[in-house]
Amino acid sequence: MASGVKPRVKVPKSASAGEVVTLKTLISHPMESGQRKDKDGSLIPRSIINRFTCDFNGQNVIDVKMEPAISTNPYFEFEALVPEAGEFTFTWYDDDGSTYTDTKPIEIV
Amino acid sequence: MTRKAIALTALALLAAPLVVQAGGPDDDELVINGEIEITTKAPAPAFLSDVMDEVISGWHFRSDETQALEADDFDNPGMIFVDKAREQWDTVEGTEGKSCASCHGAPEDMAGVKATYPKWNDDAEEVRTLQMQVNDCRTERMGAEAWKYDGGDAINMVALLSAVSRGMPVNVAIDGPVQATWELGKELYYTRTGQLELSCANCHEQNYGNYIRADHLSQGQINGFPTYRLNNAALNGVHSRFKGCVRDTRAETYAPGSPEFIALELYVASRGNGLSVEGPSVRN
Amino acid sequence: MSLTRRDTFGLALGAMALTVLPFRANASVDDLIAEFTGGADLADSGVDLTAPEIAENGNTVPISVDAPGASEILVLAAGNPTPAVATFAFGPLAGSRMASTRIRLAGTQEVIAVAKLEDGTFARAAKTVKVTIGGCGG
Repeated sequence: MASGVKPRVKVPKSASAGEVVTLKTLISHPMESGQRKDKDGSLIPRSIINRFTCDFNGQNVIDVKMEPAISTNPYFEFEALVPEAGEFTFTWYDDDGSTYTDTKPIEIV
Repeated sequence: MTRKAIALTALALLAAPLVVQAGGPDDDELVINGEIEITTKAPAPAFLSDVMDEVISGWHFRSDETQALEADDFDNPGMIFVDKAREQWDTVEGTEGKSCASCHGAPEDMAGVKATYPKWNDDAEEVRTLQMQVNDCRTERMGAEAWKYDGGDAINMVALLSAVSRGMPVNVAIDGPVQATWELGKELYYTRTGQLELSCANCHEQNYGNYIRADHLSQGQINGFPTYRLNNAALNGVHSRFKGCVRDTRAETYAPGSPEFIALELYVASRGNGLSVEGPSVRN
Repeated sequence: MSLTRRDTFGLALGAMALTVLPFRANASVDDLIAEFTGGADLADSGVDLTAPEIAENGNTVPISVDAPGASEILVLAAGNPTPAVATFAFGPLAGSRMASTRIRLAGTQEVIAVAKLEDGTFARAAKTVKVTIGGCGG
């Protein structure tokens, strides 16, 4: 697991039923591409987050396959339909098998 | 198409982006999260009256895309590191069983502190940068280890202290007990270094708004530090940026935390008196 | 044909300009698109790709894709050592078929988006992004 990986997500506190809301996510991660060399000229092995998913109450919003061309500290912005009150689950999948998860509730007003 | 026509077309393609990129700061306005109004242009401090009328944040010299990254805390990658510092703020460390919060309350209670650094410390009889003050707290009050100058932990904490002061005017004292240090910083600012024989002033006072190769030169203001640079995708400290600049003149550089860079930070910070505290900013 | 000095100068400039023009078709790009589409035709409209004309730094280039009715959008950077960038798959609770991210570009090149639309057809959009090289590395 890459050290100090920290997610940061923006979800509105509330929405009306059936509203489309904008979500933003950032996570601290070096996204080592596997293309760089260290000071001795040896290739630094690839170590990236290779997949990101967002679900709401168990239903998928977006599922992203990520390649080494995604920048350090990956950022995504997208939109979700909110049919009812519930919880967003954000999951990032690391090359090394670890996963990072964050959740955010949303109310219906 | 004749060869000459091909060449002329190619010339036109070459010329087009150069025109688009024509220099100078832009006239955009920066409001962060739709609520924090940032003063990015201000009347120059009196001591600069002979050289410039207006001081301008580096934000104005960046592209629209880079500028936009700073307008929302969920677009600004530097804010991840502010979040990390918030956790650190509440973490008890050292022999005294204290965290930052034990003495200082919430980070928001420190609003305005960043705006006055570097500043004189009466007890130590020295000019202190904010990092030096943080380390003094760690070693003297917490019984914890000092952080490495411009290291990740230290920069994250300065970013947090900056974030809670955003929008407040930089107000660094230049006279009284700090004057000698300020004069040293001024001397360093105007001293040419390296094989290229460039001073800070050559680029950032005499040529801001112009291009050095593809880099759009700013005034080199530090009101936006720590800065998240797209270049290294990390928060960067003022002294590390100084070091990079001096190195680029092909000189042996001073070290982060050295007396020379402390003096230079004081002087450069004072050149931005009146601009808003803006860090963590986003630059290229 | 004989070249005057001026002609030669013009040609040299032309050659310089050509080196910063979009990359030649990359075999691997064609393969990746074929794998995504199964070889289907690509429509010229149906997907929007937003990217800066000039990126200040190739390490972090903001892009967004938007394709109403798409189930998936593939993003490629034709001039990168490995052209694949990301594939966005939209689920039942996607509020739109739009996504933004930040990508690495190894140099001036074409960024390509291919959308798989719900009617089974495919659409393609491409945009050249010029990546500047700074004078001050650090």
